[in-house]
Amino acid sequence: MTLDRWLECACADADRRGLPDLKPLLNTLAQATQVLRSADWNDVAGAVRQQTDDRRTGGGGRPPQGAAQ
Amino acid sequence: MNAKALHFRSITELAPLVAARQITSEALTEGCLAEIAGKSEALHAFITVTGDEAIERARALDRELAAGHSRGPLHGIPISLKDLIDMRGVPTTAASRVRQGHVASKDAPVTARLFEAGAVVVGKTNLHEFAFGTTSDDSAYGAVHNPHDPARSPGGSSGGSAVSIVTGMSVASIGTDTGGSIRIPSAACGTVGLKPTWGEVPCDGVVPLSESLDHVGPLARNVADAWLLYLILRGDRSAALWPLPARSGVKGLRLGVPRPYFLDIVDDEVRQRFAEALAWLRHAGAETVDVVIPHAAEIATVYLHTSLPEASAYHATMIEQHPELYTPNVRLRIEMGRYLLAEDYVRAQRGRDVLRAEVDTALAGCDALVLPTVPIPAPLIGANSVEIAGKKEPVRNMMLRLTQLFNLTGHPAISVPMAQTSTGLPCGLQLVGRRHATEALLGVAAACEPHLTV
Repeated sequence: MTLDRWLECACADADRRGLPDLKPLLNTLAQATQVLRSADWNDVAGAVRQQTDDRRTGGGGRPPQGAAQ
Repeated sequence: MNAKALHFRSITELAPLVAARQITSEALTEGCLAEIAGKSEALHAFITVTGDEAIERARALDRELAAGHSRGPLHGIPISLKDLIDMRGVPTTAASRVRQGHVASKDAPVTARLFEAGAVVVGKTNLHEFAFGTTSDDSAYGAVHNPHDPARSPGGSSGGSAVSIVTGMSVASIGTDTGGSIRIPSAACGTVGLKPTWGEVPCDGVVPLSESLDHVGPLARNVADAWLLYLILRGDRSAALWPLPARSGVKGLRLGVPRPYFLDIVDDEVRQRFAEALAWLRHAGAETVDVVIPHAAEIATVYLHTSLPEASAYHATMIEQHPELYTPNVRLRIEMGRYLLAEDYVRAQRGRDVLRAEVDTALAGCDALVLPTVPIPAPLIGANSVEIAGKKEPVRNMMLRLTQLFNLTGHPAISVPMAQTSTGLPCGLQLVGRRHATEALLGVAAACEPHLTV
């Protein structure tokens, strides 16, 4: 789903649920999501792999190549 | 002896006096309860005061000592619990009307450990509703006020905990930290606050905010007290481990300063206090080196896309049934999380792995990272924005900006008071240690502590 489409659907749903005050927050969230989706770690498909147990114990993760210089 | 003066002292000072029966737990507890009676209503520091139970327990602990049985340095010391942590027979309100009528059926493991170690709990402290905020403004029990300036926030979400220590309502407190909620109020009120390595202290029996980011830890009057409480919270009561082994000062310490991003947006006075603290540490023999977290610009979005959906998952049923019982701001934040896509949560977890590795790398050549805890002094209650270098910045973003990274990565972090602003508002210095090396971090903090308020 594109961010534009997501934002459109989310704002429409907020209106439908009587939560117009949510719309400015959803706009802010969309901007943050754009930053997240633009991050370079998304370019290295599957490069970040970590055992669930490792994360749950605060264990070390492997960055994608070139991400942790 | 003057009990009023005594209950403002640290555990480190009080423990030998209690053990030698020069002061009773009952007198200490009465001192704290008198402060609560005189100050808590105005500051909204406590939600529940367990006065009768506390006095009864203090007397029992005094009798134990008279019979020759000591439980250790916490024996008979009055403390408070953030009202997110279960204590049997007492409500856990989470500062929300949603939890009205709740009474804990058993102690959280951390509460049980504190009782076993001899703590006296004087009450449950106020917080930002469900710990979902950094100011302690949004609470069903009223906004918590900062004792240094009652027009200002004490920080949050463990705001009542920090206030209880500063005002003598308790000698120490136990809080929780999901994005900075122990360290932020510690910085804003002038206490020490420790977030241990993720997973070291159990969160069972504690109302969750975001399960993969939640930590339980102590707020205290000094690093040695935080060290003792940390040992007890993690289930280790070996007397041989406390007091903290003395370091030979800061000489030879290597401290990494992450400047880009972390020092880009900082209030002038906080920046000045931080620069002075670094200068004093260098003068005492520490070395500072610049380090970089390459993906620092993505910290906030990774945090947002992790914390919001995890919080919303916990609240989904309750907010469907009783949306009107939440404070408006907290309700909106929970609702916001319900719109996040799963694919973005996964992206955030990948980013988290990257950030964790980058903090590990930054720490590789250092004993600790050092940075301000919060880039601004305590904000005015109700303020949505604050001006820094002529530009308005959202208060929430500023409060979380320097702490949330270490919840994402699980590294231990501690806030220690540095010098105050010209108007007398506290500022905190944050030290960050290697994962699973909380003790080493406490050693560094204890070495630095005397040099931060010269």
